[in-house]
Amino acid sequence: MFQGLDFTLEPGGALILIGPNGAGKSSLLRLMAGLLKPYAGRLLWDEADALDDIDEHGAKLHYVGHHDAIKPVLTANENIRFWAELRGAEANGVERALDAFDIKHLYDVPGRFLSAGQKRRVNLARIIAAPAPLWLLDEPTTALDKATIKRLEHAIQAHRDAGGMVVLSTHADVVMPGAKVLDVYQFACTASFDERVMV
Amino acid sequence: MSAFFTLVRRDLNLAFRQGFDSLMVVAFFVIAVVLFPFGVGPEPNTLARIAAGTIWVAALLASMLSLERLFQTDYEDGTLELLALAPVPLEVTVIAKVVAHWLTTGLPLILTAPLLAVLMQLPTEGYIVLIATLTLGTPTLSLIGAVGAALILGSRRGGVLLSLLVLPLYIPVLIFGVSAVDAAIGDLGVRPHLLILAALFVGTLALTPWASAAALRQALE
Repeated sequence: MFQGLDFTLEPGGALILIGPNGAGKSSLLRLMAGLLKPYAGRLLWDEADALDDIDEHGAKLHYVGHHDAIKPVLTANENIRFWAELRGAEANGVERALDAFDIKHLYDVPGRFLSAGQKRRVNLARIIAAPAPLWLLDEPTTALDKATIKRLEHAIQAHRDAGGMVVLSTHADVVMPGAKVLDVYQFACTASFDERVMV
Repeated sequence: MSAFFTLVRRDLNLAFRQGFDSLMVVAFFVIAVVLFPFGVGPEPNTLARIAAGTIWVAALLASMLSLERLFQTDYEDGTLELLALAPVPLEVTVIAKVVAHWLTTGLPLILTAPLLAVLMQLPTEGYIVLIATLTLGTPTLSLIGAVGAALILGSRRGGVLLSLLVLPLYIPVLIFGVSAVDAAIGDLGVRPHLLILAALFVGTLALTPWASAAALRQALE
């Protein structure tokens, strides 16, 4: 898909992945999450190979993919709470998360009654409920209204202020001051590639 | 460990709210067994002779019914990706899902089996052993089935493929499950059969979670 990709993300840093459909933005994010293995090249976290211990790597990141992973028979609260408990988050994490995306009114609403945008908000609230240093967001603004995109920008800013890192792919404009931009298409593959992420 | 119980609780919660999966499994089990007296005739000696085998075969098929959905819904709605990225090892997640599967299908089967044994004229000496073999055997079925359920992710007509993959592997459990009951009825030693069933359980418990997790990772790539 791509080759010769080499970038580093500092604590508090942000990276925006751009490129046309099929350029490999999602693949790069899945690769950084450890869901895909690189054909060649390395993924480094503090100089150590991140893919050596996949469970430990998973604990350090949140991944938001194309699917929202909302169970239709569980309420919004239960959906968020499950992921928070799985990651051993504190009890008030869920409340904070519901506030951050203004979905308190959906607390007792089962997943099957949520609209696409509401599902996305619940999914994004999940990553606030249990803190993790790296956020990998694959087109997080899909189905979101303008006000919620603002809320997402605030959440990302707060996350970065606390030393967190964000990598997101987008076609819409997400305002992230000081973010680096990477056009994945420029690295479109012809031969082998060397990809490094150093943190 | 608390993450393990969180996973089991969630799956049980989903199973109860989604409703009819375990009822369907039990209903299938009952109907499949009830067909035999119609097929072979109501003669008590004939029924008694095939009782253990019939109940075991029906239990195998019934426990396979709900296997297809073990990982399928999680795979389709993206939950599986997030479970793979959770700080819990995927192998533990697999065991948690198998435990939930067994509680919602294996356990109801065990509870229904004595009633069907009455219907099939099973000699009274066989009852306790039948329940014991089912208790030892059905978790093994769920564990083996989990490997098949993970392997069929993403394939069309997964249900048929699943039965082709899994049923041959169920044969050892079936053989020793039935022979234990037959031994009890014939007043022979039951212990060796139960020990082999227990060994099969321990063996699959040690091996299949790794196989299932590997198949799940493969499906996610």
